[in-house]
Amino acid sequence: MREVLEGSQAVARTVARCRPGVVCAYPISPQTHIVEALSVMARTGELADCEYVNVESEFSAMSVAIGASAAGSRAYTATASQGLLYMAEAVYNAAGMGLPIVMTVANRAVGAPINIWNDHSDAMAMRDAGWLQLFAADNQEAADLHVIAFAAAEELGIPAMVCMDGFVLTHASDVVELATADQIDAFLPPYRPQQVLDVDHPTTIGTMAGPESFTETRYLQHLRFLDAADVIAAWSDRFRAAFGREAGGLIARYSPDTLDRDAQAPPASSTDLTVVAMGSVVGTLQAALAPLRAEGVPVRLVGVSSFRPFPEAALRDALGGSRHVLVVDRALELGAGGVLTGSVGRALAGTRSRIHSVVAGLGGRPILEASLQDAVRRALAGDLGALEFLDLKTGGVPVPAAGASEVTR
Amino acid sequence: MTTVHIPFLQTGTLAVGGRLLTEEERSVQSHADRPSSLTKGHRACQGCAEALAARWVMDTAVEAAGGKLVVANATGCLEVFSTLYPESAWKPPWIHSLFANAAAVATGIAASLHAQGRDDVRVLAQGGDGGTVDIGLAAVSGMFERNDDVLYVCYDNQGYMNTGVQRSSATPATARTATTPAVGRHPGQAFGQGKSMVKIAMAHEIPYVASATPADLRDLEAKVRIAMSIRGARYLHVLVPCPLGWGSASSASIALARAAVQSGIFPVVEARAGELTGVERIRERVDVSEYLRPQARFAHLFKPGGEDALERWRALAEANIRRYDLLGGAR
Repeated sequence: MREVLEGSQAVARTVARCRPGVVCAYPISPQTHIVEALSVMARTGELADCEYVNVESEFSAMSVAIGASAAGSRAYTATASQGLLYMAEAVYNAAGMGLPIVMTVANRAVGAPINIWNDHSDAMAMRDAGWLQLFAADNQEAADLHVIAFAAAEELGIPAMVCMDGFVLTHASDVVELATADQIDAFLPPYRPQQVLDVDHPTTIGTMAGPESFTETRYLQHLRFLDAADVIAAWSDRFRAAFGREAGGLIARYSPDTLDRDAQAPPASSTDLTVVAMGSVVGTLQAALAPLRAEGVPVRLVGVSSFRPFPEAALRDALGGSRHVLVVDRALELGAGGVLTGSVGRALAGTRSRIHSVVAGLGGRPILEASLQDAVRRALAGDLGALEFLDLKTGGVPVPAAGASEVTR
Repeated sequence: MTTVHIPFLQTGTLAVGGRLLTEEERSVQSHADRPSSLTKGHRACQGCAEALAARWVMDTAVEAAGGKLVVANATGCLEVFSTLYPESAWKPPWIHSLFANAAAVATGIAASLHAQGRDDVRVLAQGGDGGTVDIGLAAVSGMFERNDDVLYVCYDNQGYMNTGVQRSSATPATARTATTPAVGRHPGQAFGQGKSMVKIAMAHEIPYVASATPADLRDLEAKVRIAMSIRGARYLHVLVPCPLGWGSASSASIALARAAVQSGIFPVVEARAGELTGVERIRERVDVSEYLRPQARFAHLFKPGGEDALERWRALAEANIRRYDLLGGAR
C-alpha cells in the first residue's frame, strides 16, 4: 500500500514489523520521532512481545541493547550526533562481541558549535567501530534498509547502522510503500544468536584478550567484514526479488539517460565526470545532473549505499576509469578533506581518475542544485581544486591569517 | 600451675561452614555439591576479600535461582582476574561489556528474558566501587529508577585497585592512594569527600538495599537469599578489604572487615523501599585504630601529627553509631 508518511514513521513501523525483542530509547533530535512512534506501538500492541526500555543515556541505550542481544533478543535503538558519540565506547564493544544490534542513526552534525542539523560527521566518527554502515538515499530506502540490516547483521554477527539524513529524511513526508509484517516474516529469518547467555549452555562472553591473542581477534573480525560485502549484496538481491524494488546493495548505479536508479546501468567511461555521493544528496544530484546530461555534459552519478564495508571493487567497476571523480562529502576530515573522499581515493589508488572533494551541507547548509552544477562545470573546465567547500561564505566570516592565534578570556 | 584461657568457638555457630547445623541451616558453601560459580584457578591476590565475597554471593544466588542465573560484570579486578582469554573461572553464563555499563547490560538481559517469557531466569550485575559509585553510577541509578529486575552487587574495596590503587569516590578520608598521596600537610584523601552508595540506593526507594562484609558470611548469604526472593531492583553493598590497595596482610582481610563493622565505621544495614529495616549491632566495640592501624594506607595517622585525623575518624564512627543506633541503646 502506497501511503504518505514521515520518514521516522516509515522507519518505526518497519522496525516494529521486524519484531525486535528489546527496543531502548533515549531522546535526541532528529531521531526522536522514531522512538516516539515505537513507544506508541509498544503500548497499542502493534509491537508485540517486545520490551521497550526508556534509558537514562545513549551509553545505556547501547548497553541495554548489548545485554538484550547477548541474552537472545533482536535488539534495536536509534540515535544521532552527540548521542552516537556518547555511546561510542559501547558501539565499539557491541561490534567486538559480535552482537547484531541494528541502530538507526539520524545523521546530524557534531558540536561544538552545537548544531542539530544534518551532516555525516556523527556516523563518520564511528566508521572504524566495526559496524555495517548503510546509507539511505530516500525514505523508502531508509525503511527498507532496516529489513536488510537485520538480515545481514544477524547472518554476519556484525551490528548494523542504518544512516538516514536528519530532518532531510527523518522529518520529511514522502510517498512510501512499507514492507508488510507478513512480507517481513517471510523474508527475515528468526533471530538465531551465534552466542547467547543460556543457563543450559553457560558461556563466558567478553573476556580479556592479551597481546598474544588480540591481533588474531581483530584479524577474525576483519575477515568477517570482508564477507560482509557479499552478504549485504546477497540480501539486497533477495530484497529486490521479494519486493520488486531496489534497496541497499553496496553501491547504487544510476542510468545515464534518466538518472533513475538502475542496477543494470553501464559503468561510466574514461571521458566522464562521475559524481559520487552518499545519502539524501543523491536525490538532489539526480535533479541537478539531469539538465547537464540534457546539454550533453558527460556526467554520471554513483551512490555509495554501504560505507562500511566500503565497496572498493564495486565502486572501481562503476566508475569505469572516469576522468574526473567528484565526491560530494558531508563530513570533513580536518586538515585533509572529505571523509568519503578518503575512502574513494583509496579505492581509486593507481588509477588515472582526478578526484575532487566537494565538502557540502555541513550542519544543515542546503546543497543547491545550481552550486552542484557549477562545481561539475568547473571540474570539467579544469577550474575545480582537489578540495572545495561548496557555497563557502568568505566575505562575512573572519578568516585569521595562518598561524595566528589569540587568547580569549 | 598456670592456666591459659583458650577461647572455644563452637563450630557451626559463627564459623563459616556450619556443618554441625541442621541441613536447612547450613551454608551453601558447606555442601560438597556447592555451585562453585567462581571456581578455582583464577588470578586474585592472596587474601582478596572480593573473590571470597563474590563466590558466596554468586553461589547463593545460583542456588536461590535454581541454577538459572545470568551475570553481567563491570570491568575491574573481579573481571580481570577471572577471565583472561582463553580461560574463565565463571560457571554461570557471564558477560563483561564495559566499566560503566554492567547495570545497563543487566537491564538488557532482564528485558530480553522477560520478552522471551523466561522469568524463571534471574539476573545479577556486579562491579567494584569504581564501576558502581563513580563511572557506572548513572547506569546503576537508571536501573534502580526503572526498578528493573536485577540484583546489583557492589564489591567496595574503596579505590581503583585494578589500575594501581587510585582514589575513587568510595575512598575513605585520609587514605593514601596513588592519586591522594600523603605528602606534607596533605593527609591522603580529604575529609568531607566521598558518597554513601547505600544511602543513594535507599533514596531510589527500591525494594531492597543491604550492606554486608565477608566478616559475617552467613549474613551476606542471608541477604543474597532475601534479595533473590524479591523482584525488581535490589542493591547489595559489600565491603571487601584489599591487601594490595589497603597495604594490609593477606591474612588480615576478614579481621579488617570485622573491625570496620565493630568500630562503627561500616554500618551493616538493610532497607526496604527506602526505609531502614535492619541494623547489625556492634557486638564487641573496638576503637577505630584497630581498623586503621593494620593498613599501610593510614600509616601517617599513627605518626606525630596524626592525632587530629584519628579524632575525626572517631567522630565519624560516633556519627554512624548515632545514626543507625549501632549500639542498640546499650552504650
